[in-house]
Amino acid sequence: MTEVLLAARGVVKSYGNSPALRGVTIDVGEGEIVAVTGPSGCGKSTLLYCLSGIMRPDAGEISYRGARLDTRTESERSALRRGDFGLLFQFGQLVAELPAVDNVALPLLLRGTRRREARSAAMVWLDRLGVADVGRDLPGEMSGGQAQRVALGRALVTEPRVLFADEPTGALDTLTGEAVLGHIVRVVREQGTAVVLVTHEATVAAHADREVALRDGMLDPTGLGFPMSSPAAAGTGPAAAGPRHAWASGQ
Amino acid sequence: MSTAHVLLGLLSKHPQHGYELKQAHDAVLPGAKPLAFGQVYATLGRMERDGLVAPDGAERVGGPDRTSFRVTTVGRTSLDAWLDEVEPPAPHASSALLAKVVVALLAADRDRARRYLTAQRKAHTDRLRELTRVKTDPHAGVGAVIAADYAIVHLDADLRWLATTLARVAELDEEIRK
Repeated sequence: MTEVLLAARGVVKSYGNSPALRGVTIDVGEGEIVAVTGPSGCGKSTLLYCLSGIMRPDAGEISYRGARLDTRTESERSALRRGDFGLLFQFGQLVAELPAVDNVALPLLLRGTRRREARSAAMVWLDRLGVADVGRDLPGEMSGGQAQRVALGRALVTEPRVLFADEPTGALDTLTGEAVLGHIVRVVREQGTAVVLVTHEATVAAHADREVALRDGMLDPTGLGFPMSSPAAAGTGPAAAGPRHAWASGQ
Repeated sequence: MSTAHVLLGLLSKHPQHGYELKQAHDAVLPGAKPLAFGQVYATLGRMERDGLVAPDGAERVGGPDRTSFRVTTVGRTSLDAWLDEVEPPAPHASSALLAKVVVALLAADRDRARRYLTAQRKAHTDRLRELTRVKTDPHAGVGAVIAADYAIVHLDADLRWLATTLARVAELDEEIRK
């Protein structure tokens, strides 16, 4: 593996009395696409939230570029998500009142980039992702695939070192999902961006360099993510759509 | 799959000889097992006997004569009927995968069945990754993409079955032992 960019060591996280992660250790290398797979409720979204600093683990350590991430303040972690980290969820992440170009420009504006420059960079990204023609459209006026490509543009406009994608094609039909996934893989390869790709679809995970399977909040020793008893109950973790505007808030 | 009807389809554009048919078959069905020359000539022989194709001249290019074949009216009718016929949607749940799980429980125990399912899942996943690489190659033609798609969705269906069956091994074992 290339140099370790992001690492989790013995990460534990519970929701009330329900354990979601029970001591997970993984590494993500520079520019590496790692799929985190497993059945519903296995803890994969929770792992993504801990790795991206959206949540703090109850125990264990998260480090980014060799420095602890989980011990940083909420505002420090939030700042990281406006720069080094990009976030892409299943749906519901664009600001409904803003046209596509302003949605993509938003992370740059929050970092203090001038409006004209931010919009210009946003248009470059919309063009690169083949959705320049919807630049002036509001999210409600776009198709699901267009909205997801706009959201991808917003996740990548700051040229992050890590993209966190939680079921990014889960709400799309097969061909549209494939196109969005194709854009993700192509662009992150070009940029050298690492990706943590959460998915329960084997066909999506097959696009990654490596697959890490979870089962009942732990790494699956077979590496396969199979439930060995009855399937784990769904719903112990957060909803797949993710916290709204998590890149801007300190959630 | 009916090789004869695929050959009829290839011949429907223009007459071809066996060598050309083998090349054309492998080009338009890149995901299929390549046709052996012997299979092409044997199939053409049967098709000629049944009146589906007829010789359409011969040519010699430095070797033996090569006979071209064309589709006859009977052949076109047969091709139309084949295209109209819906394939049976897998009516029998017979598969080596299914048999191995049941036999593992009969002859050994739950761990044996789980070990097989886990190993099979890994083999399927490895193949899925290979086919995904084929499909996402920027130089892949549409024919290669739809051939890979076909294999991928079937592997994916098997993978779902493998996962649910692994979760049901204990219940299945109890039922078999009753």
